[in-house]
Amino acid sequence: MTYHVNEKGYYGEFGGAYIPEMLYPNVEELRQNYLKITAEPDFQAEFDALLKEYVGRPTPLYFAKNLSERYNAKIYLKREDLCHTGAHKINNTIGQILLAKRLGKTRIIAETGAGQHGVATATVCALMGLECIVFMGEVDIKRQAPNVARMKMLGAEVRPALSGSRTLKDATNEAIRDWINNPEDTYYIIGSVVGPHPYPDMVARFQSVISTEIKSQLLEKEGRENPDYVVACVGGGSNAAGAYYHFLDDSEVKIIAVEAAGKGVHSGESAATSALGKIGIIHGSKTLLMQTDDGQITEPYSISAGLDYPGVGPMHANLFATKRAQFISITDDDAMNAGLALSKMEGIIPAIETSHAFAALDVMDLKPEDVVVVNLSGRGDKDLQTYIDYFKL
Amino acid sequence: MNRINKKLQEKENILSIYFSAGYPSLNDTAGIIEQLERSGVDLIEIGLPFSDPLADGPTIQNSATEALKNGMSTQVLFIQLEAIRKNVQIPLIIMGYFNPIIQYGVEAFCQKCAEVGIDGLIIPDLPLEVYVAEYKSLFEKYGLINVLLITPQTSDERIQLIDSVSDGFIYTVSSASVTGNSTGFGSKQEDYFKRIQNLNLKSPQLIGFGIHDKVTFNTASTFAKGGIIGSAFIKHLSDNGINEIDQFVKSIRQ
Repeated sequence: MTYHVNEKGYYGEFGGAYIPEMLYPNVEELRQNYLKITAEPDFQAEFDALLKEYVGRPTPLYFAKNLSERYNAKIYLKREDLCHTGAHKINNTIGQILLAKRLGKTRIIAETGAGQHGVATATVCALMGLECIVFMGEVDIKRQAPNVARMKMLGAEVRPALSGSRTLKDATNEAIRDWINNPEDTYYIIGSVVGPHPYPDMVARFQSVISTEIKSQLLEKEGRENPDYVVACVGGGSNAAGAYYHFLDDSEVKIIAVEAAGKGVHSGESAATSALGKIGIIHGSKTLLMQTDDGQITEPYSISAGLDYPGVGPMHANLFATKRAQFISITDDDAMNAGLALSKMEGIIPAIETSHAFAALDVMDLKPEDVVVVNLSGRGDKDLQTYIDYFKL
Repeated sequence: MNRINKKLQEKENILSIYFSAGYPSLNDTAGIIEQLERSGVDLIEIGLPFSDPLADGPTIQNSATEALKNGMSTQVLFIQLEAIRKNVQIPLIIMGYFNPIIQYGVEAFCQKCAEVGIDGLIIPDLPLEVYVAEYKSLFEKYGLINVLLITPQTSDERIQLIDSVSDGFIYTVSSASVTGNSTGFGSKQEDYFKRIQNLNLKSPQLIGFGIHDKVTFNTASTFAKGGIIGSAFIKHLSDNGINEIDQFVKSIRQ
């Protein structure tokens, strides 16, 4: 049994490419080429060089002494927060921009919620000299002003999504509509392991560098490649997919997926898709999604804009359905307190998304000999205003 | 014979009109259908509103959002259509995205369509391959035609594949665009329409996306069996309400 994608683009019953015919040529072009192009030696050489010299990889696997004492287990932090632009997102945008260039595309579009993927896309477009348009919900533009400014400084156009609830889901809709309107010259850089096949697999592969490094770093530090637990937060699920990737089929590694419960899983203000979602189709993928009984997609809520998505990548839906991963829901309050605790204990201010993963340590049943890797997916600079408001700093 | 095929055999210059069920008001559905038939329209596409219509431009998006706010749902639509066949003969198609249909249950949905007298479905995000592998026999069991789309980017080979599994008509998307584009047709579109003509497909085609007036409808009728109007009709409804539908149809047909 494998938890990776099959040749038809499915993870168990999840995945596929439920796209209008207008998108078929572009998605099909990608499907036929992504494995071939990314396997080419010159692609790999350029990708690896950029990850090393530009992104700053490998990121450290840091033994968190104080955290380990508190939880009485061996806890390591995979420091994706130290990547250029402040999060793991750039691993994927580097990969996709190299692919877009090889496909001869000249115009790049992307969606963004909190702005991290938008910044990572604008960054690689600046690097490669390509036109960049980032779709962002009008509501998010207002609440994430610093990232909007960063994208503009990097030369990107930030286009407000004015439809629906004007957040991440709608920004994604607008990016897809733009792609329908510009099928010849445009490449769509999706920011998570969502969307039609091959996107979930492609993004997971670009992010899989995280678990490649964890394996070799852990071997050096602990004399073994596999930890007992890998813990990551899941919105769409790209940092989690990267952290789990090379452990998926190693059944002795326990996979912990941490979702945002918002104000409580059943409060009506939550983004805990595994708990609240039913199978359906969102953004071209069959997966678990939050929806009404009538099949209308509902608005999620989380204090963390990066987890505020009504679906989840099909890989994760399958990990949930097969019970390969344990899903834990963490409320806003518990995440915020975990973020503050990590700051005080280890001197690392995490992104609020990542804080959810740290809060999960409180509810895990850890033994002293357990080796735990928490994917520290992003740094908290972008969230300072939210921390300030929450803790009255 | 399915009403869609019958109509396509009997008539040229087919005019198909799309509207969003539940817009402008929740209970306008039956009235709009009856008026469209009386005005001489040939085919009607009833839009089942969805929260996230990926292939639609702002006009249809907004009408769907309004319809949902008005209380439209799959169940409500079927209740509204229960008695529709007592009053109209016109072929009826439901156009909707796949997720609400999955939640209703695909077979239950097809069965209900057959019960109320729906003749076909257009589901933009149900791709050809999935349709053929998983749903074709089910649709056929309930006598429903699944209308498939082609676009200017669709290869000749794929158009022929789509033609081979099509019943009724092929929906020719006029340009690389979501719905509601009203810039008119240029030589690029005409070249594309001629390319389709030269393929000598077995299925008749109706051209949609960008048909909004007499000129564009006539172009559609020149190069294909007729045309489909959506956004322009919805704009008419939002400007004039539901009492001057015949005026709109006349402006296209005259």
